[in-house]
Amino acid sequence: MTQHSRDLSRRRLLFGGAAVGAATLLTACTSNETPAASTQTKAAGDGAGNNAPGKKVVIGFSAPAADHGWMGAIHANAKAQAAAYSDVELKEVDGGSNSEAQRSTLGTLIAQKPDIIVVLPHDGKEVNAVALQAMQAGIPIVNLDRAFPDALASRLVIKGDNYGMGVSAGHFIGKQLKDKGVANPVIGEIAGLEIPLTVERSAGFAAALATYGFKVSNRRSAEFTSDSGQREAAQLLQALPKIDAIWNHDDDQGIGVLAAINQAGRKEFFMVGGAGAKVAIDAIKADNTVLKATVTYNPSMASSAISLARLIAQGRGLGDLTELQVPKEVTLASETITKENASSYEKLGF
Amino acid sequence: MSDATPTPTATPERPQLPAQSPPVDPAETAVAGDKAASTGNRLSWWRGNGGEGAKRNLGLIGVLAALIAVGAITKPDLYGDPTWVWNNILAILQLASVVGVVTVGMTFVIIGGGIDLSVGAIVALAGVWCTTVATQSYGAGGMIFAAIAVGICVGLVNGVLISYGRLVPFIATLAMLVAARGLAASISNKQTQVSTSTFINDIAARKVLGIPILVYILGAVVLAGWVLLNRTTFGRRTIAVGGNPEAARLAGINVRRHTMLLYALSGLCCGIAAIMLTSQATSAQAAMANLYELDAIAAAIIGGTLLSGGRGTIIGSLLGVIIFATITNLFAINGLSIEAQNMVKGGIIVAAVLVQQFQFKSFTRLLARNRLTTNT
Repeated sequence: MTQHSRDLSRRRLLFGGAAVGAATLLTACTSNETPAASTQTKAAGDGAGNNAPGKKVVIGFSAPAADHGWMGAIHANAKAQAAAYSDVELKEVDGGSNSEAQRSTLGTLIAQKPDIIVVLPHDGKEVNAVALQAMQAGIPIVNLDRAFPDALASRLVIKGDNYGMGVSAGHFIGKQLKDKGVANPVIGEIAGLEIPLTVERSAGFAAALATYGFKVSNRRSAEFTSDSGQREAAQLLQALPKIDAIWNHDDDQGIGVLAAINQAGRKEFFMVGGAGAKVAIDAIKADNTVLKATVTYNPSMASSAISLARLIAQGRGLGDLTELQVPKEVTLASETITKENASSYEKLGF
Repeated sequence: MSDATPTPTATPERPQLPAQSPPVDPAETAVAGDKAASTGNRLSWWRGNGGEGAKRNLGLIGVLAALIAVGAITKPDLYGDPTWVWNNILAILQLASVVGVVTVGMTFVIIGGGIDLSVGAIVALAGVWCTTVATQSYGAGGMIFAAIAVGICVGLVNGVLISYGRLVPFIATLAMLVAARGLAASISNKQTQVSTSTFINDIAARKVLGIPILVYILGAVVLAGWVLLNRTTFGRRTIAVGGNPEAARLAGINVRRHTMLLYALSGLCCGIAAIMLTSQATSAQAAMANLYELDAIAAAIIGGTLLSGGRGTIIGSLLGVIIFATITNLFAINGLSIEAQNMVKGGIIVAAVLVQQFQFKSFTRLLARNRLTTNT
């Protein structure tokens, strides 16, 4: 009996030791150090006199906590652009994980009376009231990407164009196929999560394709994640034995879409991506996959928002425009990145 | 046909058959005769108590055949090409492979009287953990070790909380679902981590003898699960613990330790699935394997596993996963929306549970009783 129990304890000791060893090895494996991500800024000094230092301004900044690459780039860009100006001090408050958290931190920010505040709300409708308060207190609001329903709630709206993304992708695909003389092309679409912005993108895509007399043959929606991209792409490829072109809404899920295409050994078509992630720009530049272009929805808008906020706070207009003040609304064009211009977009990839 | 006198069943050969078998309804004989050969022996097997699981699985195969028939009718041009059909079968199996492996683990947990809501989160955590820059520097071996070790560890934590901490499985694994995804998000810094290991990426890209490696992995896990459940004491204990924990304890089974091991087993399956999914997507992120817990539970349920424990088969669960994958495939090749697909899946789950509650034996008894009352 004693012999037995000693054996048992030795076995337990061995097991325990192995478990502790494995645990140490594992915890050593969570490090994720990659080269610091480059940020998108406009160097001070190029362009018109807008960059000449003006009066010192304090810019408040609030955006949702970064939950994916795009939002991470928004935060990084805002910080980097503010640091590029000697006359700007950035006060970033935690945007939290929901509208309520964002409202409360925005309240404290307003109490500190910065010169201007840049806000990317969780949901325009839910943060509208706080923005209105700030405007009434004399602090201008720059509304980034997700618009407030109330026009009085912001001095400037700067946002991306989801419908335009679809239009850009549709025109690129339509023109390529028209030039090739494909009569009845088979066009696949891998959409993102079915939320309003995805519906807008798809509407723009369909509208642009229609101008060429083309339409989408099969559409699957993934969830903006690479594994869902792989899953839906694999099924789409199965449904369409011969394809001429594919538009994939999001470059992050595009990693999985490209994997599925590679796993199926298909290469008779070309693909257009969406967003403008660095991996996609690199692949377009290398030109060794079916990915031939991507249409942007660029987080560089955070940098531009900071630049414009600075000008508004200093009471200056945009250098090349005649008006003495910054315009009220800026909608970024969705640009198309191809092999030819990929190098100039590299610094904007996130 | 309907006025034929009820004939007694052929002499039952199986000892567990009740001595006073209910009379055969001729109409029902014809229906049953389609599936089983209409010899007396086969018929008594169909009507008897034995082989309950096998009968359910036959039903599932029938559903599968119906789905394929719908595909062939709606897309005759695609189904006319044998190469395409073979590739499509492989595509369905590949689609089923990751969820299939998770479902094997889930089946054990449910048979053992528990539930594991954290499987999707464990897959994500293990996937993220094995694709960090630090782990990838150890090569494919290091990645596989990390994924499996993380899976087992998280499963063990679940198991300890449930069996020794006396938490309700639903709550403990729900907490783990939230926590594991949170940890995965913080490790990955919410970025998509690309796998640069060609060995890992090749698992999903390569075929051996014309069959994708992922399908072999699914086959191996299902086989191992079947042997473990049906041919080992571990399996017998699982059924005993799930059926009646108190009786199992009195029979000398260490119920707590066994419950803990079941969750560790589910974690192990998640670790394996994480490698497969990472290989398929050539990347991992905290949001991956979204809602796999529901897919796995649904597959186990339509496969005939009793949610309250004590009954279930590995083959049934596998068929459940394949049925869901076939539905996804069917909707994709017909170009129908994901919304419609999800509604049909929901309907199938409800139908399966209704069929589960439906007992063949009591139905025939009911028929017999009805006839008696109408006769008198």
